Amino acid sequence: MMDPIETLKTLSEHRTDQVVVSTMVALRVWSLVSKRPELDLPLVGCMGKASSLGLGVALARPDRQVWIIDGDGSLLMNLGSLVTIGNLSPPNLIHFVYNNSVYETTGGQPVPGAGRTDFVGLARAAGYLQAFRFDDLETLSLRLPKVLKLPGPTLVDLHVGRATALGPLPPARRTAEALRTVKAALSP
Amino acid sequence: MGLHAAKVLETLKAMGITHIVWLPDSETGFLYEAITADGSVKLVPVCREGEALAVAAGLWVGGAKPLVLIQNTGLFESGDSIRGLGLDVGLPVVMVIGYRGWLGGRPMTDSAGIYTEPILKAWGINYHLVETDHDLPKILAAQDEALKTSRPVAVLIGQEYEK
Repeated sequence: MMDPIETLKTLSEHRTDQVVVSTMVALRVWSLVSKRPELDLPLVGCMGKASSLGLGVALARPDRQVWIIDGDGSLLMNLGSLVTIGNLSPPNLIHFVYNNSVYETTGGQPVPGAGRTDFVGLARAAGYLQAFRFDDLETLSLRLPKVLKLPGPTLVDLHVGRATALGPLPPARRTAEALRTVKAALSP
Repeated sequence: MGLHAAKVLETLKAMGITHIVWLPDSETGFLYEAITADGSVKLVPVCREGEALAVAAGLWVGGAKPLVLIQNTGLFESGDSIRGLGLDVGLPVVMVIGYRGWLGGRPMTDSAGIYTEPILKAWGINYHLVETDHDLPKILAAQDEALKTSRPVAVLIGQEYEK
């Protein structure tokens, strides 16, 4: 089990110009560690749709790597998107799952299949070219640079503990603003 | 006069549509054939309609010009996406919706048809009915409207596509 802030900090250290879609609790942690907020797409609400939003950006901009920082509960709401992504197979898409086994936003109730659902197996079966699971920070730090260079779609299942310090949940309008900011940043 | 798939595709191309995010409904068979044979507009098939608006939002962020093509039953399924990633973010996208149950203005019996317009009205989504090739300029107008108002606009397809 990894510390959530340290985990996303590790991701942030390896980020260059990737567009990053994040959602729910992962969004609140990511906002603490992101160094390029102008390329961040925080999806406030609309739970489950981060993978679909990220897919759209990845399809429109094959020249740009797109990271999705999904939640396990969020992905469970939109499991079909694994097949949608596997079918379209965008090589520039990396789908992280911030997997804490609970609905943290609503007080920590376990998600269905907590501790049993194999997201790596689901992703592979759905057609992702790569799928990895990490539950140790040192290994994540060591292997992440190589994982990021592999042709995707790639799923990275990050087993994290509960967050102890969280940034505030931004207002819903933050998503609308971010869509336009990132759209402008991506314009030629 | 019917609604011909080739004419619909011609309209979508005139609009500059780059991607059609879709899940086929019972009436879009010929349109699928026309789009795949032509090859200039990319099809993005989704597993469930709720994905469609979110994928379209991402495509729009990336500079593409997407259009959503689903059935009215899929519109019901897409509720939270339309709210969160259509209306709340002001996404200028045209949703072309197969109007299952529409009986050309006669009283409908299929609840899929009965609830379609009231739900669009409840969301404040403007809509236009397309039944023949003659109505196709309404899709172009819907796109202008979506861009001007920064909102999704719906086009209801009240007729099966012909070859």
